[in-house]
Parts: sequence; structure tokens; C-alpha cells
Amino acid sequence: MSSTISDIPARGGNILATPALDTERKGLTKKEIAADHPTWCPGCGDFSVLALYFKLIEKRKLWHEKITTVAGIGCSSRFPYFVQAHGAHYIHGRALPFASGISLSRPDLHLFVFGGDGDAFSIGGNHFNHTARKNIKMTYVVMDNWVYGLTKKQTSPTSPLGFKSKTDITGALDQPVNPMKQAISAGATFVARTTHTNPNHVLQMMEAAMDHDGFSFIECLSECVEFYEGAFDSSNPRKGGVFNTVPADHDVTDELAAYKLAGEPFPGSFGIFYKTNRPTKNANEQKIISAAREKVKDLKDWQILQKNFDRLK
Amino acid sequence: MSEATLTAQPSGGSPKVSSISEAVIRIAGNSQDGIQAIGGFLARLAGRSEQEVMTHMTIPATISGGPSIFQVRIGSGEVLSSGDEADVLLAFYQHSYEGHINSLKKGGIVLYDSDHVQPNADWTKEYHHVGVPISGLTVEAIGGTAKDKGKNIYTLGLVAKMFDLNVPKLEKLIGERFTGKDPSILNNALAAFHAGYSHSLGNVIETFKFVESQKKTGHQVVMNGNEAMGYGLIAAGVRFGAGYPITPWSDIMELLRRELPKYGGSFIQCEDEIASISMAIGAGYGGRVAVTGSSGPGISLKTEALGWAIMAEIPLVVVDIQRGGPSTGMPTNVEQSDLNIACFGGHGDSPRVVIAPANVEDCFYMAIEAVNIARKYSVPVIIISDQAIATRIEAFEEPNLEKVCQDISPDLSPVADHKPYDLSAADGVTRHVAPGTRIMSGKYPIATGLEHDELGHPTGSPKLHMQMTAKRRKKLQTLASTLPTPKIYGPSEGNVLLVGWGSTEGPIKEAVDRARAAGESVSSIHIKHINPLPNGLDNIFAGFNHVLVVEMNDEGLYGYGQLGGLLRARFGDPKIRGINKTDGMTFKVKEIVEKARANVATGLRKL
Ligand SMILES: Cc1ncc(C[n+]2csc(CCOP(=O)(O)OP(=O)(O)O)c2C)c(N)n1
Ligand code: SF4
Ligand SMILES: [Mg+2]
Repeated sequence: MSSTISDIPARGGNILATPALDTERKGLTKKEIAADHPTWCPGCGDFSVLALYFKLIEKRKLWHEKITTVAGIGCSSRFPYFVQAHGAHYIHGRALPFASGISLSRPDLHLFVFGGDGDAFSIGGNHFNHTARKNIKMTYVVMDNWVYGLTKKQTSPTSPLGFKSKTDITGALDQPVNPMKQAISAGATFVARTTHTNPNHVLQMMEAAMDHDGFSFIECLSECVEFYEGAFDSSNPRKGGVFNTVPADHDVTDELAAYKLAGEPFPGSFGIFYKTNRPTKNANEQKIISAAREKVKDLKDWQILQKNFDRLK
Repeated sequence: MSEATLTAQPSGGSPKVSSISEAVIRIAGNSQDGIQAIGGFLARLAGRSEQEVMTHMTIPATISGGPSIFQVRIGSGEVLSSGDEADVLLAFYQHSYEGHINSLKKGGIVLYDSDHVQPNADWTKEYHHVGVPISGLTVEAIGGTAKDKGKNIYTLGLVAKMFDLNVPKLEKLIGERFTGKDPSILNNALAAFHAGYSHSLGNVIETFKFVESQKKTGHQVVMNGNEAMGYGLIAAGVRFGAGYPITPWSDIMELLRRELPKYGGSFIQCEDEIASISMAIGAGYGGRVAVTGSSGPGISLKTEALGWAIMAEIPLVVVDIQRGGPSTGMPTNVEQSDLNIACFGGHGDSPRVVIAPANVEDCFYMAIEAVNIARKYSVPVIIISDQAIATRIEAFEEPNLEKVCQDISPDLSPVADHKPYDLSAADGVTRHVAPGTRIMSGKYPIATGLEHDELGHPTGSPKLHMQMTAKRRKKLQTLASTLPTPKIYGPSEGNVLLVGWGSTEGPIKEAVDRARAAGESVSSIHIKHINPLPNGLDNIFAGFNHVLVVEMNDEGLYGYGQLGGLLRARFGDPKIRGINKTDGMTFKVKEIVEKARANVATGLRKL
């Protein structure tokens, strides 16, 4: 099915078309996808995540109008301004419920959410859990730099113990959140880990996440050169570290095995830790809608309402 | 009760039938007694008989059990409020009897369950007492196991007898209520009803007959304010909503959760109110105005996101069913103390629209108005209702749904170019273009909470911040110029003007009637558009010596209440003062009249 505008059903109800690709239109070039020049510090890991998002759009021939990029607040969350497509820069920590509103009413769009570790696991922590358990279709990339970048070096929920920040001058004291464990236990149906220093791997994870029918979560290590330089060196072979992919025999549907992988000491493994198929919130709601519509299918909206009013006389 | 007053005959007299034009019946029991159902049947019957009806109920604060009341006022003429004093009190328990005898007018009838209530000798002199062993007789009629369920219907039978109500219509209503359930339940209900109806009230009491209603307005529908609001949103074309439960807002989310799928929509229960408003804004961004709502505590949580929707200019409807605050406050009582947060809640200069329905019918139509304002002006609209309107049942003329229902599906046709925050619009009004819309220029907009340029890209330019701030304000000033000036109830010049908003319209109008009948110079207006205010109020105020703002909120540090404060800020007029109260109950007509008299130092000058 070619997804032209006229495919959108005009009648009351949600837009039911699933994203489809037009074969006649040419894919976008990088120049067409790029918007404002990023305001990030030179060398910031976020640049490569953006470049790979562009690559994904190019490679998968997504169009401007079908892409919706959403973010909360933080350095990483400036993302949507740099993408020439529909997008929204929402408030700190709440990008997921905002995106859920889009996902549940506009399944025809490719929905990507980007943000930082503070946005995801501190102020937005509860939304992360609930969006994961509801399995609302979207791709969420957390650009984890283990620090608050935008507000200039406070402790983040993923800062390792002992990290010296402006709010922990003698070193971080609180047990850090493990994003992978958090995602698995919250019920995310796609959980992957990558790092900005391995572009091919980032793209591979983004593609797999985009193709997953459900809430797909990627933790992408993304170095803050300004406030946490060298944080991820031990995962970067060019800096003498090791980049280990998830073992070939790892069963991605095995939740316990995934949880174990998540518990490996840094730098741990990279790749898809967990992937399962559970009905999405989108599909579950659609089921309720279809059952309800079945009973009123020959009626216009006002006639459905009239039936209620007839009972209120 | 007008005309023939509902005073009982001394016992021993022969029963007589009096013609009445209205009656106020208060039913007092516990929440599990199904007294809401009796009230609901009476209200619905009145609606079907083209009579006016208004009810009032208290929601018990505890989950099960706990005292609860339902008051219904039925009239053949105009019914403006649920009534200050009851003509008949139905008391199921001693506590209902003792707690509510004061609400009964002197000489009124107390019909009590003699299995539970021991009458007080002093009171038997002041009120006419009729004891019926309701519990026992219900058991006798339908058996012991069903008695808790049947007591209310038995009582409905007694009331039907007392007021000579239309039995076939009531039977039909009972039938409709119990359809689809086990047929034995319906049979039991009818048995209980007939047992009550045929119970002899003896020759101790007169019976009453309503005079024919003068109203010939066509069909009426009967519902409470929250139902009307929920259906209004559906009629408006809303197909997505998100919320978190809280009394007294939950009814609306439950209704939408149940109904929206029939229209292809859905309502999502979220983890909290912040997620709820965010989801609704997300759906609005997606192209179709969506709804969220709450009561005070949840509205507080929503304010940061609300500010985003104002800044990003995304259409949104937020429903606030007020209860007593602050904090958890008085969850099941009525108060109008959220006007300030509705108008001003949030940081920064963040103009939004606030409208306040005054009755159940308004809840339906103003839900549609809210959606249309939100769409036209790309702005959040708060509908501020309250516990009293939410739960009271009224009959109103059936809307022409075919005409009223609207389709607001997003228009995703390609556009040549689009600036979401175009400054060239003199009235400040720009439209949101939803994702999915192809923009031929290749320049795509970002919806943002950062101060921005016309395309939505961040700017630190002082000039742009000034221009954009003015734009967001100007569009509401444009809206203000289209709003109707409130109609004056009573003469347009006089001594006192009462000003109200929200659920107090009925008692305020009755207060005007009562004061004018006593020769006093009083008029009133009711403001439904709170923010922005309509133009022309200054003209109205100029016709009066005193402008008294009647509100169920505190007089505040400076003595003006919340709407009072807003009007003072708007007009700087020292004759604006407040009539305020915070007892968690709806205004009685008497209270308004007395407080107005006390407030106007000079007394109400006779015209
Ligand atoms: C409600 C609210 N609280 C606080 C802030 C300030 N703030 C902006 S970004 C941020 C933290 C950002 O850290 P992270 O999410 O890790 O993003 P990064 O900058 O590291 O990419 C904070 C605290 C805000 N914008 N809103
Ligand atoms: S502060 Fe850190 S995270 Fe922010 S742009 Fe600079 S390097 Fe990147
Ligand atoms: Mg960070």
C-alpha cells in the first residue's frame, strides 16, 4: 500500500494506517535531513548518534513528514532541532508520555524519542517504567553520558559510585541505575545497548529497534567530553578498551540471561540483550476499538451517541 | 414549595389530594442503600414528564457505607436550584433522621424507616411524622437476601404513592435499569416497588399531584454534569484522552474509556497526571484535540506541561472538576477555589482560556465550545466545573445530535510552506500543522517550549521573546472580542449586582427573585468565560452601586475571593466585593440574600 495522504480515513477515529514506504519517491539525502547545526560541544558523543539517525533515515527511505522526533530536556534532547522533520522538544522527563499520545493516535508515523540519562531515569523514571510495561510502539534512544550535561556537571542517576560532580564533590554515593536492568524488569520488549564510538553497531541497533513492533529501548553510551571525559574509554578499542558484542549463543528471549548480561561489570556487552513479542498497547487498544466498532459499524457517530441519549430520557 | 404548600393534615383527618407545582425531597441514608438510584428514577421521571428537575447529592467520603444524601427538586415551572429546604425527608436511619431534620421546612413530612428510627418527641410537634417499617416490609415483599437491594425501590413505591407519580412510566424506568440482568432481579425490583406503592400511608397524610408542566420544549434528556461533559467531548469530535483517577473527575474518564472505542478512539489510564496531560498534548500535537482532566491535586501536577502547550501553541482541553482544597482537602465537597490555578497556574506569562459551565446543559455545549476554541486559537482550554454540577442530575432539551456532532479529524493535506509561530498574523492566531503533513518547502516545524523563532527553532533574542509573548497574549484578546457579554438577570440598573460563576447560578437567580419580591433592587450576571473575560462587563457594572461576587472560596488576603480578585484587577473598581464561603456545601438562596444584605452597608435600597 502506498501511503498517500488520502489513505488517512476521514471519519471519526484514529488513523489506522501503519507506516508504509513509497517506492516512487526518492529517499532523502543527508543535506535534506539536516536542519540547524548542532549546538553541542565539539567532540560530544551526541554528534555521532545524530549522524547515525540521519543514516537510518537515508537508508530506510523515511520521509520528512512521516518521521516524528521527540525529546525531553538536556543536551542530548536538543536532538529534534537538528533534524529536518516534524518534531517536538517537550519538557524535562516527560517525552515518553508525550510520544505515547502520538503513537496511540498516529500509528502511521515513525516515532523516535531521544534523551539523556537524567531525563530518562531520574525525573522521567516512572514514565520509563510505565511506557515499557504498556509496550507502546516507539523507539527510545537514551544517550547515556553518566552526567547532567546541560546543567553543567551534577550527578546523574547513572553516574558511577565515586564520580566527582558539583553535587557530589567527594564522589557519588548513590547506587547508580542500571538502564538495561531497569528496562528488562519494567517490561520493555526490545532492550539493546550500544556506544557512539561504534557507528555501524549504533545503526544496526537503531534499525532493529525501528523494526520491532513495540517499545524498543536502546542505551547508547555517548560521551560528554566537557564534564565526563573518558568515561567510556574502556569500551573503546581505539582508547585501549574492549568492545564485546553479546555472545553468539545468547538467547534474546531469555529474560534471566538478559538480566545477567546487564549485570556484567563495565564495559560489559553490546547488542540486543532482550527481545520478545508481546501485544503492544497500540494493538490492544485497537482490539477494543474493533470489537466496539463491530457493534455500531453501520451507524454514524451522532447515531451512536443518540443511542446513549435515548437511554437518558 | 409554592402554591399549595406541603404541610400535612393533622392525623385523623381524611386523606386529601393537593395540587402542587414543585417539591423538594431529601433522601438520607447510607451510601450502600441505593438512595442515588431513587433520586435518579425521580429525576428521570421528571425529565420524561417535561418537568424541570435538579438534584443534589453528597458523595460519601468513605468507600462503602457512610452517610449519604440525595436531594431532588421537581417542579412544573422553572427549577433553578436543588432547594434550600426539603418538603419531605426520607430517613433510613437514626443518624439520617437526626442529621437532616434541620433541612426540612417546618411542618414538612418526615417519612422514616420505623425499623431503624426512633422519633424524637419534640420534633413530632414541628414536623409531620410518618413511620413505615421499610426494612421489614421489604423483606416481606421480596425475601431477606434481597432486602438491601430492594429497600430503595420499596421506598420509591411509597414516594410514587405520596406524589401520585406515573406508575407505568416508573415501571418502564425500572425495567430499563434492570434489563440484561437476571430476570429475577427485575421481578424483585417490581415486587418491591408495588409493595411500597400499595402500602397504605393510612389516613394520616395527604397525597400530592403535580400540576401539568407548562414546558413544551420537546424531548428532554436527564443526566448529571459529568455525563454531559463526557458526551459533549464526544460530540465535539474528541477521540483521545488520558487521565488518572480522582474524585470527582473519574466519572468522566470512565465514561470516555467505555464510550470512545465505539467511535474509533481511546482513553488511556496513565501512571499519573503529568503523564496524562503529556499524552493528551502528544495526541493534540498528532492532529486532533485531546482531553485530560482531574481535580485540584492533579491540576497542580499538570501545570508545567500546560505551560508547554501554551508555549508550543498546541490545542488541548483540560477538565477541572473542583473539590475542596488545598492539598487533598475535602475530596467529596464542593468548592470554587481552583479559579486562580486555572487562570494563572504555571510559571511565566502563560495565557490560556478558562471557561466555566453553570449547569448540566452547559457541560455538554461548553465541552464543544472548548474544543473549538482550542482548535481555532491553538491554545489549551480549561473547563472548570465543580463537584456540585458534576454530580447533580438535570433535565435539558435534547440536543440535535446530527447537527451538533462534529468531525475534527486532522487535515494532513500537503502545504507549500508552514510557520507554526508566524508573526505576521495581526491577531496572533496561527494553526498547528500535524506531523504527517508534507511541507513542500522542505522546512519542517518543531513544537517547542523554548522561546523560538517563527519555525520553532530556539532563540535568545529579546525581540523575539517580546514578540512571541505578545502573540500568545494577542490571540486571547482576539478571542475576548468574540465572546458574548453575559445577560443581566433582572433590570440593568439598580443597587446591587450579584456576579457568579459555575454551579451557583441557580441559587443566585433565586436570590435575585426573592430579594426583588421583597422590594429590593438586585440583579445578577453569571460569567461563563472567565479567562479571557468577555468585553462589556464594565458597562454592566456601571449600572449598579454594588457589585458582589458570589463564590464558594475564601475571601482571600485582600477580601475579594478569586473571581472577585480577577474582576478587581481587570476593572480596578472598589465597588467590587465578595460574598464568599468555604463550608464545602452549595450556596443556599437564603445565605446569598442574607450575606448580600449584610455586605451592602447601606442595606438594599428600595427602588
Ligand atoms: C522541571 C525541570 N527541572 C530541571 C530542569 C533543568 N535541567 C535541564 S536538563 C537537566 C538534566 C539533563 O541531564 P540529562 O538528562 O542526563 O541530559 P544531558 O544534558 O546529559 O544530555 C536538568 C536538571 C528542567 N529543565 N526542568
Ligand atoms: S556538555 Fe557534554 S553532553 Fe552537553 S554538549 Fe557538551 S559534551 Fe555534549
Ligand atoms: Mg546525561
